[in-house]
Amino acid sequence: MKLRKLGAIAAIGAIAFAGCTTGPAGFTPPADELGVITVGPNDPVHLAYWGVLSGGDASLGQDSLYGAQVAVDDKGGKILDHNINLTSEDAQCTVDGGAAAGAKLAADNTIVALIGSACSDETVGGIKAISDAGLTTVSPSATRPALTAPDRAADYAGFTRTAHSDAFQGQAVAEFVFNELKLTKAATIHDGSAYAEALQQVFADEFTALGGEIVIQEQVGKDTTDMTPVLTRVAGAGPEVVYFPIFVQAGGYIAAQAKDVPGLANAALIGSDGMFTPDFVEAAGPAAEGMYLSSPNFSAFQAGYADFLPKYEAKAGSAPLSAFHAHSYDAFNIIYAAIEKVAVKGSDGTLYIGKKALRDAIYATKDLQGLTGVLSCSASGDCGAPLIALYQITAREVGGEWPPEAPVWPTE
Amino acid sequence: MQVRLADRLTDLAIAAFLWAFRLSVVAIVVVGSFLTLTSGKYNVDTWTGLVITGLATGSVYALVALGYTMVYGILRMINFAHGEVFMVGGFAGYFAAVGLSSLGVLNAGPLASLLSILVMMVVAGAFSTLIALLVERVAYRPLRNAPRLIPLISAIGASFFLQYSVKGWAGPGVYAYPDVGVLNELVPIDFVRIQWKQVLVVTAALVMMAGLYVFVMRTKIGTAIRAVSEDKATAALMGIDVNRAIVTTFAVGAAMAGAAGVLFALMFRQINFFSGFEPGLKAFTAAVLGGIGNVPGAMLGGLFLGQVEAVGPTLFLDGLGVPGASGLAKAIAFTMLVLILVFRPSGLLGERISGQRA
Repeated sequence: MKLRKLGAIAAIGAIAFAGCTTGPAGFTPPADELGVITVGPNDPVHLAYWGVLSGGDASLGQDSLYGAQVAVDDKGGKILDHNINLTSEDAQCTVDGGAAAGAKLAADNTIVALIGSACSDETVGGIKAISDAGLTTVSPSATRPALTAPDRAADYAGFTRTAHSDAFQGQAVAEFVFNELKLTKAATIHDGSAYAEALQQVFADEFTALGGEIVIQEQVGKDTTDMTPVLTRVAGAGPEVVYFPIFVQAGGYIAAQAKDVPGLANAALIGSDGMFTPDFVEAAGPAAEGMYLSSPNFSAFQAGYADFLPKYEAKAGSAPLSAFHAHSYDAFNIIYAAIEKVAVKGSDGTLYIGKKALRDAIYATKDLQGLTGVLSCSASGDCGAPLIALYQITAREVGGEWPPEAPVWPTE
Repeated sequence: MQVRLADRLTDLAIAAFLWAFRLSVVAIVVVGSFLTLTSGKYNVDTWTGLVITGLATGSVYALVALGYTMVYGILRMINFAHGEVFMVGGFAGYFAAVGLSSLGVLNAGPLASLLSILVMMVVAGAFSTLIALLVERVAYRPLRNAPRLIPLISAIGASFFLQYSVKGWAGPGVYAYPDVGVLNELVPIDFVRIQWKQVLVVTAALVMMAGLYVFVMRTKIGTAIRAVSEDKATAALMGIDVNRAIVTTFAVGAAMAGAAGVLFALMFRQINFFSGFEPGLKAFTAAVLGGIGNVPGAMLGGLFLGQVEAVGPTLFLDGLGVPGASGLAKAIAFTMLVLILVFRPSGLLGERISGQRA
């Protein structure tokens, strides 16, 4: 723990201050082109988490919130002798919810930095308000590739992530299906969300490039319950594998109904990290057995993850609810290190934090030791270590155990 | 003179647009269906499978739609909280199912399963009735003589209140009904592939709808309901207890919605606090489709909507090569609604519960 912190500080020390013109000398508050946040001597440093906390996908956001809370506890709840106040905002895993949360967070001038969003749709809806307010967010689980594309719009200036890009996830699933399962005819189903639409397309492109064939690409509504019509159409195209990287509710309906559709009884079913939660197994029931889910490769996480898990379980009262708690832990620590680096302390204990300086410091993160890997941020905001694995749901998980024990791919 | 000309041109333009709209929809339907059917991509089994799915979903829509249409018939108001009454029925049935499952009777043979499901439906129907009567007493009755928009807003409020009460109490997560093994088995007949749960849902819905029809047309209180829906004041003068008729209407509609909540969950497993919204909206659509206020109309509207959703995307759009056609199921369903209202503004069977209205 101590070593990691020392390493982080050393790494930060190696980087020159950017945008902070006054230096850490006493009473002159720093100037900053995006504004300066002033934290009074007895005020807490306000950080906010935003992501889905209600509805069928609540576990995705709640899991990351627990991860961030554990990270706060690990710092003793304090930064630079100020308490850390971590609040949360439900963004409902929709574009509208993200926009509402983004507007609310942008209007709160006590907030220093953000962790979130959970879903890519939330970022699409909320990031403009957040960037315009000069805030920076580190997302643990918004994985749509375009969010950190080098040519992304200026609205995304405040967006960084510890989550992998789905450019990697889609590729990993394609390789698994083609090289490991040795299947060549695939169907995809998405739900129109920024996440699923992009992920299934990456998969389709990679799978075709490997020599496979995409027999049909279908779409369902997020709130569709009767999947038989769409599955019948999919079955008509004769796939050997059906890839539906969507969310818990619709994904559960598809998994539960697929085996009853003639022609799909033997097709392999694959989902992705949005369904990597015990809620999905509950929703799909026994039909989930044998299904594959891609997710971050927990076996490739750093040694600190083993220490993290008991603390998480003490907080949540259960095993991890979803896949991105460690990414959220890391997101907090990126922000923590950046604040330590740029905050200027007045003689009375008041903290002055330049927004642009903080944003630049987050982007300048380099070789930070995290739970998910060694974190370095790219110029377009990718900070994570994209290691993907595929897990299989067995009778053990259907029986209520979680998470799956070891990945089925890659194995070594 | 000039003004009249301008008016006539506007009328002509509107008429031309409406005809263009009708013709283009008909053209899409005809050409799309023709291309799909001649492509030979889907065989007879596929189509029967889709029709059966649509029949099962449509029966549930029909059951819920009856509640909308009966309340509209008697009070001329849209009870927007009806979808939530359906949802709380699903929850009540869930707890009954979990109880029966832990007693070991839920899967103790076909007869035990059937009786258990009956118990679940009765529990759900009773609980839904209780909730609906509370809503009627608290949110609607004090507003009975207010302008028509007021109870509508109150209904939307009641809908949110129920949703978020359930969320607060049961949490935002998903609840999954315990599996009833026998329901997933296929009916042992050769010519069509159908699961027992589909048979159960359709049969239960038909029995309930037939029962309702007899209730409304043949019983004394049913006659009273029809009388009140025609003319409240005259019915009261004839010695009919108007309150009793209205409360009975709510109770009957809610009981069916609650039972439908169980049927829906038996088909699709999951429920959560929000799971009444979408079926509620669809059932309301079905009620309008059939002619709101018209009891057989609601049944027909529900079954029709179920078919359009299940068969429509494949039949109309597959042949046209539309990608991701199933994502457009809702668009098709609501286009049909618009189309039917353009051709028949009062719905398939006309907008009335019985006889002439004042």
